[in-house]
Amino acid sequence: MLIDHPLLGPRDAAEFVYKGDAALIHRPDGLAEGALDAFIEYGYLRDNPAGAHRELWFHEQGDRSWLVVTRDTVTHEITQVEMARDVARREGRSR
Amino acid sequence: MRYSGFRVIREALTGHRGWGPAWRDVAPQPAYDYVIIGGGGHGLATAYYLAREFGEARIAVVEKGWIGGGNVGRNTTIIRSNYMLDGNEPFYEFSLKLWEGLEQELNYNAMVSQRGILNLIHSDAQRDAFVRRGNAMILNGADAELLSTEQIVARYPFLNTDDARFPIKGGLAQHRGGTVRHDAVAWGYARAADRRGVDIIQNCEVTGFRIENGRCTGVETSRGFIGARKVGACVAGSSSRLMARAGMRLPIESHVLQAFVSEGLKPVLPGVITFGAGHFYCSQSDKGGLVFGGDIDGYNSYAQRGNLPVVEDVCEGGMAIFPMLGRARILRMWGGIMDMSMDGSPIIDRTHVDGLYFNGGWCYGGFKATPASGFAYAHLLATGQPHPTAAAYRFDRFATGRMIDEKGMGNQPNLH
Repeated sequence: MLIDHPLLGPRDAAEFVYKGDAALIHRPDGLAEGALDAFIEYGYLRDNPAGAHRELWFHEQGDRSWLVVTRDTVTHEITQVEMARDVARREGRSR
Repeated sequence: MRYSGFRVIREALTGHRGWGPAWRDVAPQPAYDYVIIGGGGHGLATAYYLAREFGEARIAVVEKGWIGGGNVGRNTTIIRSNYMLDGNEPFYEFSLKLWEGLEQELNYNAMVSQRGILNLIHSDAQRDAFVRRGNAMILNGADAELLSTEQIVARYPFLNTDDARFPIKGGLAQHRGGTVRHDAVAWGYARAADRRGVDIIQNCEVTGFRIENGRCTGVETSRGFIGARKVGACVAGSSSRLMARAGMRLPIESHVLQAFVSEGLKPVLPGVITFGAGHFYCSQSDKGGLVFGGDIDGYNSYAQRGNLPVVEDVCEGGMAIFPMLGRARILRMWGGIMDMSMDGSPIIDRTHVDGLYFNGGWCYGGFKATPASGFAYAHLLATGQPHPTAAAYRFDRFATGRMIDEKGMGNQPNLH
């Protein structure tokens, strides 16, 4: 698989480390009501869809940036690659 | 019809006209006591043990495609019980004992071959870890023997013991481990279940569950509604997709694992060997092909095919321990979809819906577990209580901190 890095262009997927579902960007608030259940869900439960999947890849053997890759889990076709930083900010994360 | 040597001779003399189908082709009845979803090894074994152990009942196995067309026909056929943790080892040893009596019991030649499995050791730290694991195996009634390099060379003279980076320092052997003809496991269980009255319904995809007042009363299928007192899901690889139809999210990611077979060779590899410094395992099929595999690809996939970096990694692992592998050509390679769970161990448990049960999360170790998985799942379905050897395989272990993490990797499924 080739991942079209927004800054570096197409790179071999073997340069990256796979983390998992991009929902992991949204770590629960540990001080909120029901934080324990939220963390169990965050840590252990996954949607695991067959089809389009937004997922985190880390460019370990490159510029060490985190990417959000939208990839079809049935065909392995990659349709979108974004910087995880941009996605997180757009979705309301400030840090 | 009972299979026997006498029968083979009789059929040979009469033109092989007496062989009938091994199981009936049936249409679904309106309702059953038990409906098992998934006609793979585990689902068929579950139906067989339900019929054998837990009394007369109307039992059906519904399968989307044809039986044995999924992971039971896609694995590298290895059986063993060389686990360490208390939640696992008694279960896998129970499974190995069931393998040992399987063919006589099913009256089916599954080619169970206890040719032994050998885990190679490449460092002092690894020897310590393997000694510990071997002791845990022995404490649970399994067999384990620590072998010296000399003992290994006597049986496997072609191994590259003096590799500069990964020298072979010994090995942990389980002599009762080995291989089984994987397709025959599905067919043998199917035939034996059918002979006990189980309906095996192929080309019947489950499209949803009928859940009324928190109770599952049956399954919607491509061949109409089938009522059931109890429904058992048994579709490892596609568990998340199926259980989403019952409103569940699972502690599972689906990943692709590749396997390979070389061209047919004369007998060269008497047992199963595994590389301890990378991830590579290999045996020789009775047809002569070297059957081998390694790591999962490492990203979510339902594609049943993988990518080339893992092919390279697996072949490098093979070349590191037996360089003669480089003289053989790879004939075929394929992929299967694994339920990779959050701690690397399976789940056999009830769900939040009454009458709906779950069996899955087998990672890439499901084949060896087939008999015990079927037995334990049948026990759970019939009695409502977990089988003693499978009591740790609960859904809530992630919430209560009772993970069964053999490799100590944490909640990162692609590392198990």
